[in-house]
Amino acid sequence: MLWVAIGIVLKILVVVSIALGTVAYLIYVERKVAAYAQDRVGPNRAGKELGIPFGLLQPLADGAKMVLKEDVIPGYVSRPLYMLAPVIAIVAAMIGFAVVPFGPVGPNQIMNFQIAPNINIGILYVFAIGSLAVYGIILAGWASNNKYAFLGALRSSAQLISYEIPLAMSILGMVLIAGSLDLNQIVNWQDRRVWGVFVQPIGFLLFLVSAFAETNRLPFDLPESEQELVGGYHTEYSAMKFGMFFLGEYLHVITVSYLTVILFFGGWDLPFVLDQNQAGFVSAVFKVMVLLFKVALMILFIMWVRWTLPRFRYDQLMDLAWKSLIPLALVNLVATAAIVQLIYSSR
Amino acid sequence: MRADDPKLMRIEPPKLTLAERFFLPQIAAGLGVTGRHVVGVAFQKKAITVQYPEEQHVPSPNYRGVHRLNKDEHDRIKCVACMLCATACPAHCIDIVGASAPASWPDREKYPESFVIDELRCIYCGMCEEACPVEAIELTGLYDLTGLSREQMIFDKTKLLSVFDATKDAEPMKYAAPPAGPAAETKMLPSPLD
Repeated sequence: MLWVAIGIVLKILVVVSIALGTVAYLIYVERKVAAYAQDRVGPNRAGKELGIPFGLLQPLADGAKMVLKEDVIPGYVSRPLYMLAPVIAIVAAMIGFAVVPFGPVGPNQIMNFQIAPNINIGILYVFAIGSLAVYGIILAGWASNNKYAFLGALRSSAQLISYEIPLAMSILGMVLIAGSLDLNQIVNWQDRRVWGVFVQPIGFLLFLVSAFAETNRLPFDLPESEQELVGGYHTEYSAMKFGMFFLGEYLHVITVSYLTVILFFGGWDLPFVLDQNQAGFVSAVFKVMVLLFKVALMILFIMWVRWTLPRFRYDQLMDLAWKSLIPLALVNLVATAAIVQLIYSSR
Repeated sequence: MRADDPKLMRIEPPKLTLAERFFLPQIAAGLGVTGRHVVGVAFQKKAITVQYPEEQHVPSPNYRGVHRLNKDEHDRIKCVACMLCATACPAHCIDIVGASAPASWPDREKYPESFVIDELRCIYCGMCEEACPVEAIELTGLYDLTGLSREQMIFDKTKLLSVFDATKDAEPMKYAAPPAGPAAETKMLPSPLD
């Protein structure tokens, strides 16, 4: 029992530190992608004196800046909530990782690549946590006592609540087909049959669009929208408190990318090469690598979209959620349920 | 114009096609555009920026940067202290003190004893260059003008002439030959007295 606890603590430490390190480098990658899309070169200086190419030390410099900057707390904020908001933002983003499988999980495997293995409500948990993130944002906007921050927070909460519905409904199709809320069961089903994106193409599109909205990324970054709202909900935050919102956003991107890959791109599955019956060290490492590779591609895609599409207008954003995505998700759900009921159950 | 004016024409926005209303083909096309740029910069070195201190950007020939005072073939200042540039300057940043030309300069009556441009006040519009009848003042392609104090940014005659020495090889004078004499020019213009 003690050993299990130590193992879990170790896993949490490893996952959290890897995730935070990855976030630091994601910001670097984002800046590079942004620069390339705009015909620039991007950060390429930090670390040159030490012989490190491509400005790879930039994240360290950014982090040092975040920590060393003066932490200004304006006199008019509501202090307890103001301090609490970034904590909620980052914690909500981080505990979502508890049920994300980073590799193969199962009784025949050498190790469960998941902090809380074999939780049979994995997806429900992820969505519950995802909804918590809105508290961080609306508390930040409310406690800042600033109209821009407040408007940003209002928009954000409306947006997150609207897009939660199509997001949840879009994956229900996949859940119905795989017959489980456990992320590992869904991966195993895709391993036995085909990747989710082929059986649920509409579900995949709906999930992708809603996921962009859930992570507050362009084209749905209305809570931040620099041009109209200064910085949105984090206008009044500086130094590491701002950094925590930033980390939270990128952690969300990682979580969403993991979910997309696990639900629709087969998780660690590589057709004809890897399957769930393989056990042992080599195949486990290979599966983790495959999953990481897919997630990296997904993150790159999210950044690519960011530098392609302009921001939606607020009414267009709501139109898209309520008039297009939700009806489509409903139709998709009913059709999938009917097919599963009529065809699968008769067999 | 009244709202029910029969001449009023109402223009409807073009109807979106089905593909456009679904957004997705359009989004894919947009991704293609940004994708091309990303690949072009990342793998084909197509970035349009330069790595500044190591590489110097060369601005286009009509770039308007720091001023210079041109010298003629005898190494004398070309300016004849006519004050046209100071008059044309919308920012009033040119300050000229004229004096009678030395006797050894038979081609002119006056020359500038002092010629000062406040580079911080200047808006780099190029009106001085256009106003000058003897092509004595020109804007160069120098864009990295910096200084540690306001006083440093007030350029006097010596400094403006040294800008000419520094840039004359890279940027020859825009009019190599002296322009036609004032007599020839006035004949071509119809006089209001005619």
